[in-house]
Amino acid sequence: MEGVERLFERMVREHQNRVFAVGFALTGNRHDAEEVAQDTFLRAYRALVTYPPERIRDLKQSPWLHRIAVNVVRNRARGHKPRLSELNGSESDDAPGPESRALQRAEMDDLACRLAGLPPRYREAVVLRHVHELSYEEVAEALDQPVGTVKSNVHRGLKLLRGENHDRVDE
Amino acid sequence: MTALMSELKRLGSLKAPAGFAERVLLEVGIADSYAPFETVLGSVYVAWNRFGVSAAARSASAADFEEWFKRDVGRPLVAATAPADLAAKIEDELSGKRRLRFDLRGLTEFEQAVLRKTYQIPRGEVRPYGWVAREIRRPAAVRAVGTALANNPIPYFIPCHRVVRTDGEIGNYGGGGPEAKKAILTMEGVRVNRLQELARAGVRYQGVKTTKIFCYPTCHTGRHALEKNIVWLHDVASARAAGFRPCKVCRPAAVA
Repeated sequence: MEGVERLFERMVREHQNRVFAVGFALTGNRHDAEEVAQDTFLRAYRALVTYPPERIRDLKQSPWLHRIAVNVVRNRARGHKPRLSELNGSESDDAPGPESRALQRAEMDDLACRLAGLPPRYREAVVLRHVHELSYEEVAEALDQPVGTVKSNVHRGLKLLRGENHDRVDE
Repeated sequence: MTALMSELKRLGSLKAPAGFAERVLLEVGIADSYAPFETVLGSVYVAWNRFGVSAAARSASAADFEEWFKRDVGRPLVAATAPADLAAKIEDELSGKRRLRFDLRGLTEFEQAVLRKTYQIPRGEVRPYGWVAREIRRPAAVRAVGTALANNPIPYFIPCHRVVRTDGEIGNYGGGGPEAKKAILTMEGVRVNRLQELARAGVRYQGVKTTKIFCYPTCHTGRHALEKNIVWLHDVASARAAGFRPCKVCRPAAVA
């Protein structure tokens, strides 16, 4: 029991930023991102305590957590559509100066919004491959899809993102 | 193309909000919350989690409490606002009503047994270390009982101050030394000086002639005996020889 708790604590500390970042990229706002990240870890913990030791030992934590995160977002999406950036109020501590931080924040929020506007299958693939930088094989594992499907979804997703990008420049 | 990639990549460098890990750990019951409470004993820092109260100490500052908790219990600790009813429960618990649950997960089976047994000692009474050892069926482990009580993470609430040495010395006390132990026992209604005098005179038990029962001197069942009916006894063998049987409430010896 104690072993699982220590392991889980390490897992949370090690992966919290990436799970939060993926939540942000998938939902498009910080408030939902935090809820998604919290739900992800709660589910992970409830699963971990039921796993036999050898399963815990062989667990690839990163793809496993991301698979849970993707499912959390999918389940939420049934209830309500991803909201856009109006809720980006929670504090996050990165970057040095307040000005450059605000700018960076705005850019990140904007990109996350555009990601949130993608159809889920493209969004998930792009986020895991390029935001989280999992390999195609790991993305395939996390999404439970063939590698070929992942590759083509990533490709189309990027294309759509770039297309939106052009629209914005034209305006 | 590469600009988009690096923008996406930068999105991945986002950090979780401050305190996020602690909130998750609190939610699953791995981390503990704490707050200071004003009690009859003065200011006491109390830590709790979803299993119950996990630690208490009269630390000088929040930083001291955090440091002690980290060393003694080892889980992450987060300052918090107490649930609405916790202050009242703490007050009740310290005045003898049992309203709290305790989290003893981090302790060994033996330590847990010692603390659970100690929790049964009523307010206003004391028992020797050997009594705890005998009651948990480890009669030879008297010293280990002392160690387990010295490491009690929840003093005041799990009343390790109610366990004293048989020779009348009040014994050491992790919750603030022998003087603090005396002060708390006095506050609970134990006549500490009288108890020490009896112990120094070699008296261990109080027998009551009319009932033929012998008790620990602080047992509440013997409290109303008339002075003329009281016999002071030195050991179990002579008590039995004089026709007394051990009290079934304070159990000064195995009930035959």
